[in-house]
Amino acid sequence: MNILKVKNLRKIYHTKNNEILAVDNFSLNLKQGEFIAIVGPSGCGKSTVLSILCGLDKASSGTIEIDPNLKFGYMLQGDNLFDWRTIYKNCLIGLELENKLTKENIEYVNNLLDTYGLQDFKKAYPNNLSGGMRQRVSLIRTLATKPDILFLDEPFSALDYQTRLAVSDDVYKIIKKEKKSAIMVTHDLSEAISMADRVIVMSPRPSKIKSIYEIKLTGKSTPIQNRKAKEFAYYYDKIWKDIDYHV
Amino acid sequence: MYSKEHKEYLKKIKRSNFLVRLTQIALIVLFIFIWQYAADNNLINTFIASSPKSIIKTIISLYKDGSLFHHIWITFYEVIISFLIGTIGGIIIATILWRFKFISRVLDPYLTILNSLPKVSLGPIIIIIAGASTKSIIIMALFISVIVTIINVHQAFTSTDESKIRLLKSFKAKPYQIYFKLILPSNYKNLISSCKVNIGLVFIGVIMGEFLVSKAGVGYLIMYGSQVFNLNLVMTGIILLAIMASLMYYLIVFIEKRLTK
Repeated sequence: MNILKVKNLRKIYHTKNNEILAVDNFSLNLKQGEFIAIVGPSGCGKSTVLSILCGLDKASSGTIEIDPNLKFGYMLQGDNLFDWRTIYKNCLIGLELENKLTKENIEYVNNLLDTYGLQDFKKAYPNNLSGGMRQRVSLIRTLATKPDILFLDEPFSALDYQTRLAVSDDVYKIIKKEKKSAIMVTHDLSEAISMADRVIVMSPRPSKIKSIYEIKLTGKSTPIQNRKAKEFAYYYDKIWKDIDYHV
Repeated sequence: MYSKEHKEYLKKIKRSNFLVRLTQIALIVLFIFIWQYAADNNLINTFIASSPKSIIKTIISLYKDGSLFHHIWITFYEVIISFLIGTIGGIIIATILWRFKFISRVLDPYLTILNSLPKVSLGPIIIIIAGASTKSIIIMALFISVIVTIINVHQAFTSTDESKIRLLKSFKAKPYQIYFKLILPSNYKNLISSCKVNIGLVFIGVIMGEFLVSKAGVGYLIMYGSQVFNLNLVMTGIILLAIMASLMYYLIVFIEKRLTK
């Protein structure tokens, strides 16, 4: 079942001297529980698509159909934790803003923190946490408001490689366990292939959808395991050629 | 328990801090001593340069006729009132400019001009409008401090991390929520440093105001002293100001420490 339908999305950025067609003719359907990754050359408007989908930006034309009961969660590049708030308070910010600090919601956040190994850090401040933990806190902050669809905008790009693998594994498990649907923008092809059910490749600006890959890996499990699947290299190679990087 | 090396390290820091403090005190003591020595041996003209002893005498005689704390209190009162109005008013105006970009764009050149205008030149106008009273002095001090506050605080507000604002917006935050949850707390340090700058500026404004119109206050003491050629009084006034300024600075530092705890 499609929970999100995007049709012919188009975005023009206006500057004084110029107009830039950032995204053109972008259509996409997201199924319940599906994980979609969007890849493409840098500056191709991947992030633009996400910010339009979650309402931070306006599309120039095109339609977005979505069940009004569904909620979005947005996870940005970098964790953007507030240094002056404890981890616990950081996780509650979304609920505070939406005036939903009910007992059960707070309970839910506490559960998330406990489940994902942060129970001892509730009273700590972000400065005392490692990059990977901060990213987990950032995900819990997003999950706290119980979104149905997650938009992840290069969520791991600020992390070093080791942490990145571990955290993407973590985040993937959390998303699957909480049964969320997700759209992730990334420039890391192996991250995209190892996490997503579908990978969308975008062309350079004005960016359109170039091709869509259904990722079918034998013995599909967690992202780190998926990297060992025998089809992994095949997809990597195809998508790499598709993106056609020019240095 | 710390290791031996760590204890050594801590000791070293302590020792160097102590040395700095000691040198600071030695410098001021030496300065006072040389000053007094030069005055006693007629190396300097005490009529112009005064001397530590006569300054202390002046302070005592001011204290005895009951006017010392009266003057200090008047100046202190003017500084505190202008500081509070200037800082709070400045932050409120900066908030309005942050919230309404149109207003900030419109007012930008005027703020720049007002900022570079020597505010003393407004003195005569202020006196004519507000009268030769404490009111004029406070208005003078406000003019000097409030423009800088507005510019600094507005600058700090607008340079708040854009992606944190996006984050809050993704939770559908309203402007007032962004202001109270993000803009104010994240600029806490900037607000404090703006307070520190302000207390200095307000002091300048108040003393300038007292030079122009006043019947009491430390600025009045200095002005009066210079008019009757009593340089002891002038020096005393300056010393009093130095003490008051440092006390107020440390008061802010103290409040800052209290709040960050």
